[in-house]
Amino acid sequence: MKPKANGADYMIHILLMLMAVMTILPFYNVFITSFADPASVVKQQFYLIPTSFNLSSYRMLLDGSYVGKALLNSLIVTVFGTSVNMLVTTCGAYALSKKSMPGRSIMMAGIVFTMLFSGGLIPYYLTIKGLQLINHYGAMIFPVAVSTFFLIVMINHFRTIPPSLEESAKIDGANDLYILFRIVIPISKPTIAAITLFYAVARWNEWYNAMLFMTDTDKHPMQLFLRNMLADVTKMARDDMGAAMMSQLNQGYPDGIKMASVIITMVPIMLVYPYLQKHFSAGVTLGAIKE
Amino acid sequence: MEKSLWARMVEHKYMYLLVFPLLVFYILFEYVPLYGLQLAFKEFNFAEGVWGSEWIGLANFQEIFLLDDFWTAFRNTVIIALGRLIFEFPVPIVVALLLNEVRTARLKKFYQVVYTFPHFLSWVIVSGILVNFLGSFGVLNQLLDILGFEKVSLLVDPESFRGLLFGSSIWKDMGWGTIIYLAAIAGINPSLYEAASIDGANRFHQMRYITWPSLKSTVVILLILQIGNTMSSGGSGFDQIFNLYNPAVYEKADILDTYVYRRTFSVGDSYGTSTAVGLFKSIINLALLVAANRAAKRLGQDGLY
Repeated sequence: MKPKANGADYMIHILLMLMAVMTILPFYNVFITSFADPASVVKQQFYLIPTSFNLSSYRMLLDGSYVGKALLNSLIVTVFGTSVNMLVTTCGAYALSKKSMPGRSIMMAGIVFTMLFSGGLIPYYLTIKGLQLINHYGAMIFPVAVSTFFLIVMINHFRTIPPSLEESAKIDGANDLYILFRIVIPISKPTIAAITLFYAVARWNEWYNAMLFMTDTDKHPMQLFLRNMLADVTKMARDDMGAAMMSQLNQGYPDGIKMASVIITMVPIMLVYPYLQKHFSAGVTLGAIKE
Repeated sequence: MEKSLWARMVEHKYMYLLVFPLLVFYILFEYVPLYGLQLAFKEFNFAEGVWGSEWIGLANFQEIFLLDDFWTAFRNTVIIALGRLIFEFPVPIVVALLLNEVRTARLKKFYQVVYTFPHFLSWVIVSGILVNFLGSFGVLNQLLDILGFEKVSLLVDPESFRGLLFGSSIWKDMGWGTIIYLAAIAGINPSLYEAASIDGANRFHQMRYITWPSLKSTVVILLILQIGNTMSSGGSGFDQIFNLYNPAVYEKADILDTYVYRRTFSVGDSYGTSTAVGLFKSIINLALLVAANRAAKRLGQDGLY
């Protein structure tokens, strides 16, 4: 028996729908700006209904050598960064899930403490510099090799695996490495897939370490390239990118090019979003540190 | 019979191998910077490095406590954190309660999927989207112009900038925030609702007397978490502010994290004093976390550690 929709239902739907429209509208606007004829955007007319479809923003952007490089850099950081994330997190979490390992509680205390207290910007900067990571891709990968949050999610996951499974393998003479890679990881695929996705998104979104440590603009990832473009950092404006357009307007990058960059930077996230969606709950596990 | 410590360690030799890279990570990128915190009490000397620099006691702290900019940043950090608690924190709870009332599963899913998407974008992208929408030539102003209103410059007006921070955070993370509450709601025993409706409780009563009480413990934990995070760069919203602010709004938007960044990279010879600002912030953060955790335990919650 389904109750009939009443006034309250309609109110709720109107409210929720309005919020959905407010979420989508800015994206829609970025989208049409990026595909607009630059002239119609420049005229600043009310532009909610597209009057033109034009690829010139994308063409101008992709003609320059910068975007290709930035995308490649982002790809490198995402692929290698996520691999490092998963390797270090999975192996470490598996060991830390074993209460019988001597020294485990000291390690856990040391890790949890880093969530409460950290060195701050300058000591961090000097550390990376001391490790000779300035202008090295590693600066965008190693300092973010582990997220304590995902580490704890992973430890909790490994705890849910029945010990009998590992014990029987041990009786058959398997060592811990074999058990982890041949038994535990294969049955943990859903959790591993979820955490891989979350890590990959974080690596794709990397701009902060790049801003701090990558002085060589050829090594900038897409996010930092976009940030500099949005801020109209004019030294970024190489003569091979939209230069004619810029001198014509004499006011930094045209909106169409900026928005085309936003779209390009966003596409990978949009592509993985359907998969991310299935794993929402993995990213919000609470009360994780409890023993 | 209890095995000796050494025997147990040997038994776990592969486990130590597995945990080794993780420990290297925490030592290199968390504990080495902690060691560098001593700079707060030193006059940094580029040639001598952290260890060789000269101890100067609390002189760095005395210096920063005399700076107006420091106190502006401190005040902004506190005000913005309070604003986030008041304006941002309740939104996901309300949205979760509303979503829970949507009876069509597919529609509920649709709303959730739409609201959550922006969470996965960086603040770099979101700032680009916002500038396009709210900038002086953005859609909002075009619309206001057509309707005959004055244009608004939300991005450069100090009076509205904090509102923009709260609004854009809600826009980005409201959907993500609801997930945990929806999970808590999903865990409620359906027989409670059945019993209530037999007793004549309408939907509002059910929300008030069943759904809300079951959410309360989650709300308390998340509230405490957020208070404990006030000063951390994640909790204070460094990424957001850093990508949205500009010199026109520093007086209202500059927080300790953004202040340290600018001091470090634009004021020369400021490593010692900037580290002192960072340490000051970390100590307050630690105190807040410990206090918040104690409060959680007193309320009968599990606490965070």
